[in-house]
Amino acid sequence: MSLVVRDLRVVFNTRSGPVWAVDGVDLEVAPGSVLGLVGESGSGKSVTLRAIARLLHGHAKVSGAVSWQGEDVLAMPPDRLRRLRGAEIGIVFQEPMAALNPVLSIGQQIDESLVAHTVLDTKSRRARALELLDLVGISAGATRLGQYPHEFSGGMRQRAMIAIALASAPKLLLADEPTTALDVTIQDQILRLLLRLKDELGMALVLVTHDLGVVAQTCERVSVMYAGRVCETGKVSEVFAHPRHAYTQALLRAMPGEQIGAKLVPIPGQAPRLDAPSPGCAFQPRCTAREPICATQRPSFTELATRRFACHAGARL
Amino acid sequence: MSALLSAEAVEKRFAVPRNLPDMLLRRPHRAVHALSGVSVAVHAGETLGIVGESGCGKSTLARALVRLHRPDAGMVRFEGDDIASLTGPALLRFNRAVQMVFQDPFASLNPRMTVGATLAEALRVHHIVAEADIQARVLALLDQVQLPASAAARHPHEFSGGQRQRIGIARALAVEPRVIIADEPVSALDVSVQAQIVNLFMELQERLGLALVFITHDLRLVRHMTHRVAVMYLGRVVETGPTQTLFAAPRHPYTRALISAVPSLTPGQPKAEAVRGELPSPLNPPSGCAFHPRCPIAEPRCAVEAPNLDATGLACWLG
Repeated sequence: MSLVVRDLRVVFNTRSGPVWAVDGVDLEVAPGSVLGLVGESGSGKSVTLRAIARLLHGHAKVSGAVSWQGEDVLAMPPDRLRRLRGAEIGIVFQEPMAALNPVLSIGQQIDESLVAHTVLDTKSRRARALELLDLVGISAGATRLGQYPHEFSGGMRQRAMIAIALASAPKLLLADEPTTALDVTIQDQILRLLLRLKDELGMALVLVTHDLGVVAQTCERVSVMYAGRVCETGKVSEVFAHPRHAYTQALLRAMPGEQIGAKLVPIPGQAPRLDAPSPGCAFQPRCTAREPICATQRPSFTELATRRFACHAGARL
Repeated sequence: MSALLSAEAVEKRFAVPRNLPDMLLRRPHRAVHALSGVSVAVHAGETLGIVGESGCGKSTLARALVRLHRPDAGMVRFEGDDIASLTGPALLRFNRAVQMVFQDPFASLNPRMTVGATLAEALRVHHIVAEADIQARVLALLDQVQLPASAAARHPHEFSGGQRQRIGIARALAVEPRVIIADEPVSALDVSVQAQIVNLFMELQERLGLALVFITHDLRLVRHMTHRVAVMYLGRVVETGPTQTLFAAPRHPYTRALISAVPSLTPGQPKAEAVRGELPSPLNPPSGCAFHPRCPIAEPRCAVEAPNLDATGLACWLG
């Protein structure tokens, strides 16, 4: 395993009290593999990703363990962290327009990353920048390097972001909803690109998304999150075919699928508040498979071959 | 059966603001061609899906259908009458019969009015019920969209996204419309809540015999809940037909690309790349068929001449 996360917790201290955004998350990512982190708004998937890269502000209290190739990320001194981020771990965000610098050309932004993380001279940095644009499928690289983010379309901006993230040949790419803002035909291209790069460069990939279809088509393993906790982890094919957590099952049933015109099975109620955690299972108030024990006792993880799930009703689903 | 609401060869252009260099260099006036001859029709009791990617003109079409935009050419007909020519009582009747539900219910609800007041206002303007019966009708409407009676006294900010969309739907239903135009009504919602709203639309449509125009970029939803569908690309309808037929045997190369680009829920290795290239800019659309630069089967002719929608509901030279 190249990345191991154990009992990760993030608490935001807000004016109206603490918010438990991430509440004991365990994850593992093997080299060259793709892990999907899926959940709805407020499930803590993006905060988890940012906590792994230590991108959260000071008001967030992070505890637990994040180990990158045996090294403790949460205890890393600033200069080691600076070399880790960008050089070994690349990050791609949802909104490329917000993540790119609007007053620097794309070429300058790729160059920044190369200056910081490589020992190349000016000439070879430019050659490498052209190579990177070619790698992410941006043609006419020489012209494109001189252009600014506003001259790029949404899909091209996301490609440029990926080029910047790849500049230092990272071993792990963290992608936070990289295709959510894109149209479906462009999403298809970007997902394909990420998978190709993963194979070519031997990177591991963590893909945060709310779209179960994206998970089904791109990931090998998936962790489903709800209310700051992972409710189920396993191989995508197994989890989709036979979910072992009531929430995973409900989520899959709420998606419009093969049965046209059939009534969807919505999940009743709303996402829980994170400022007042319940003693039991967080999904219990909305769950149709709940048992009396669910309200009082938080389910512990059951391990079943390659699967882990935390659901009292898991065995009979 | 004649259509209840129809667009006939509707064109809509938006002028691009000119800046100083444009004026100094006497560059020509430019315009975005949002709609270039779009025809669609919806019948009573039917759900028409309008699907397409950004910039295809689907939202402009929605606004043209409810008279928020006046077409530059072509017309929108309601029960056979050109809606641009409606005045006085006939216009009021149209406004009541055709209602819109917007994507962002927070932006379309007045934040300073209680939900009850918002609904009562609609009832009062259109004299739907006597003044004395308004409160009872407000409660009935809330019940219809499965909100508690206590919601009437609260303000929009007190509700979650899904609940707000219910309020937006109740607002549209208040005036007893015959057509509802819903522009991406569930796009901002999470899957679990989205299913609640989709079911509500399907129920209401069936029970009240509404004509529903459902505009979305989500093909799974279109397939799930519409009877007929029109696929748009850059201001034109490229293919239209019964939903089941269109999904089972898509004929336009763009429809095929769109369907194959949707990630399937069945895990497995992705198929071949759906389509290459970027979405073109509506400011500077390609010549001929707008899809030709991305089309896997384009011929020289496609770059020259734009195909029109034929009687079978296809706009492609090679169909």
